[in-house]
Amino acid sequence: MSDRRDLTFEDLVRNAGASEARSRLEALTPDPGTLPGAPAGAQAPGPGGGCDSGSCGCGTNSQPPAPSNTLLDKPLDRRRALGTLFGALAVTSQAVGACSPVSMETDEEREAKLLEREEYFKGNYRLMTQEERTETIRRLERLAELRGQGDVRIRTDEALQGVMYGYAFNISKCKGFRNCVEACIHENNLDRGSNTQYIRIFEKVDGESINDLAHADATYGHEVPAEGHYYMGTQCFQCANPPCVYVCPVQATWQEPDGIVVVDYDWCIGCRYCMAACPYWARRFNWAEPSVPPGEVNPRQHYLGNRARKKGVVEKCTFCIQRTREGRLPACAESCPTGARVFGNLLDPNSDIRWVLEHKQVFRLKEDLGTEPRFWYFMD
Amino acid sequence: MHLKWFLLSAFRSAVTGGRRYHLWMGLLTLLMLLGAYGYGVQLREGLSVTGMNDHTSWGLYISNFTFLVGMAAAAVMLVLPAYVLEDVDFGKAVLIAEGVAVSALSMCLAFVVVDLGNPFASWHLTPGIGILNFPRSMLAWDVVVLNGYLALNSLIPFYILYSHYTGQKPNKSRYVPFVYLSVFWAVSIHLVTAFLLAGLPARPFWNHGLLGPRFLATAFTAGTAFMILLLWFIDNETEYEIDRGAFKKLAMITTVAAQVNLIMLGSEIFTEFYFPTHHAESARYLFFGLEGYDALVPWIRVALVLNLGATAVLTLHPLRENRYWLLGSCVVLFVAVWIDKGMGLVVPGFLP
Repeated sequence: MSDRRDLTFEDLVRNAGASEARSRLEALTPDPGTLPGAPAGAQAPGPGGGCDSGSCGCGTNSQPPAPSNTLLDKPLDRRRALGTLFGALAVTSQAVGACSPVSMETDEEREAKLLEREEYFKGNYRLMTQEERTETIRRLERLAELRGQGDVRIRTDEALQGVMYGYAFNISKCKGFRNCVEACIHENNLDRGSNTQYIRIFEKVDGESINDLAHADATYGHEVPAEGHYYMGTQCFQCANPPCVYVCPVQATWQEPDGIVVVDYDWCIGCRYCMAACPYWARRFNWAEPSVPPGEVNPRQHYLGNRARKKGVVEKCTFCIQRTREGRLPACAESCPTGARVFGNLLDPNSDIRWVLEHKQVFRLKEDLGTEPRFWYFMD
Repeated sequence: MHLKWFLLSAFRSAVTGGRRYHLWMGLLTLLMLLGAYGYGVQLREGLSVTGMNDHTSWGLYISNFTFLVGMAAAAVMLVLPAYVLEDVDFGKAVLIAEGVAVSALSMCLAFVVVDLGNPFASWHLTPGIGILNFPRSMLAWDVVVLNGYLALNSLIPFYILYSHYTGQKPNKSRYVPFVYLSVFWAVSIHLVTAFLLAGLPARPFWNHGLLGPRFLATAFTAGTAFMILLLWFIDNETEYEIDRGAFKKLAMITTVAAQVNLIMLGSEIFTEFYFPTHHAESARYLFFGLEGYDALVPWIRVALVLNLGATAVLTLHPLRENRYWLLGSCVVLFVAVWIDKGMGLVVPGFLP
């Protein structure tokens, strides 16, 4: 099973232009962001588009935010960044000191406050220049360090070209073990305090309609598979026609060119209109400050994926954007012991997902609403 | 210069009054402080303190917001005849109605702000420095129409009062165009608020064409009922006299609105229950309870009885003409609509 899957992913990456993808993955920074209105194809120039002269001194910050496909030297960048930071700190600490002479703050607390203040004024992710993105990543990584979340790396990989993700769920194979739920929690740094879960596995009595999830049990606690029952999972379906995206008053959520619906956690105002608009209960809100035990933080993060969220904002499944854009499987698909979960590139005619769609009788939930989920169910 | 004195006198008249007035204002201040403390707790702990959850992600904040938008919209029922048709009866009442609209709107906006999980990011709504997803998002529409209506209803009375203060006669050609605009605007604020809910195919309880018209009917029922009570109080307790005819006309408006509301309610109940589908589960939960969950059932049934009773009383001419029956039915109607909209609208939409 796993062999076959690996093969699929090789295929996936090859079809997506593996060399381009890899070289971009090595570069920490992505291409300049496409503006909201820009067509998906109008991405940044490929490798060598801007910097192939070899003589460019892109490392310096004086570069304009023009399309420079910089291969940032990571350690150097961090050092320089810290230097700038402490320079700024020296100035502001005097100002702060003047205001509150009896301040008992440590240097680290002060630094965190300064970073938070800078974070507060940043713009919507899609409108940020390359430079602004680099800056916010630097701040967020440092903040994570200051907050004891370890040495996290936040990537901003853009959607791979020629990729549209799709998912299929084999109802005959799922046995309700919920390894996927567990893997999702750890992969995506989900809040342990409120036990947030993106995936729900429903247990249904054989013969019961699949459509009626309202009366299905998603909280079973007994040994599975239970006799006379079947199981099916739901999560965000990354609809092609997503009502949640339409309703957001500030465009804090949108669909990426590879079909993944993402949330800019720092732009979200927390009105929860998207939650009311989603027919599948796919979105989660941080009703209190989310927390992950320090040792359990997954440090491989994506800006639009599993990086730290804060209280009062909405989050959701992103098909593990931090994994899938590296050509890996989502955590749920990788962890499934029964092979019930099939994930892949819908645009690749040789992918598993295409095989399922072409050879199985498939259906989607609440198709009558016209949301066009990219998540199909099928049976053997 | 005049403006400064105008504002100063306004402030002075707002803080002077008898003992009962001060008691009332003190009580309101106390409630506001209590609310501020509660909000402080919510800011610290997060919205979890409200008892909402991922399933029922909107609750009393949003439903009260919806109800108050209706109150604000109802002011138009006085504005329309007073300015446009030059109906003198309403002349004095209209400034009060606009005052009600302004306070209702302030509360609306406050309810929306306290419902935000990340209120410090609300500057993201400002076009220019942020992004307002207009015209795609109905919430963006609501931001526009509510703030616009607030501006209209603040500026028109301000102009009239200020002209009085400086001893000039208000120039009609200056403010009447805005009055016309506010009449259409009033309808729009409540329709847009209804569309905010009706535009969600995910929630069949809201996703029907009657929601907007029904919102208007309930608004003109509860809003004008409230105006009658308020004007009666002002007429009774202060030197500011309200014309008898104004009460008569307001009572008529309330009656017709209540009747129309009942027709629509009946139509909704028929569609939900004649042949109950899956989509009727929200209504079933509301009126009968679903699988043992029936917290809202007594409320909505009481509201239904109150609605029917008060509308019947108002429909009978002799009873409506009687001051005590009229005032009593107004109280009853206001309560009934508040339960209906404030409790029975938002939460069931999220169920099952």
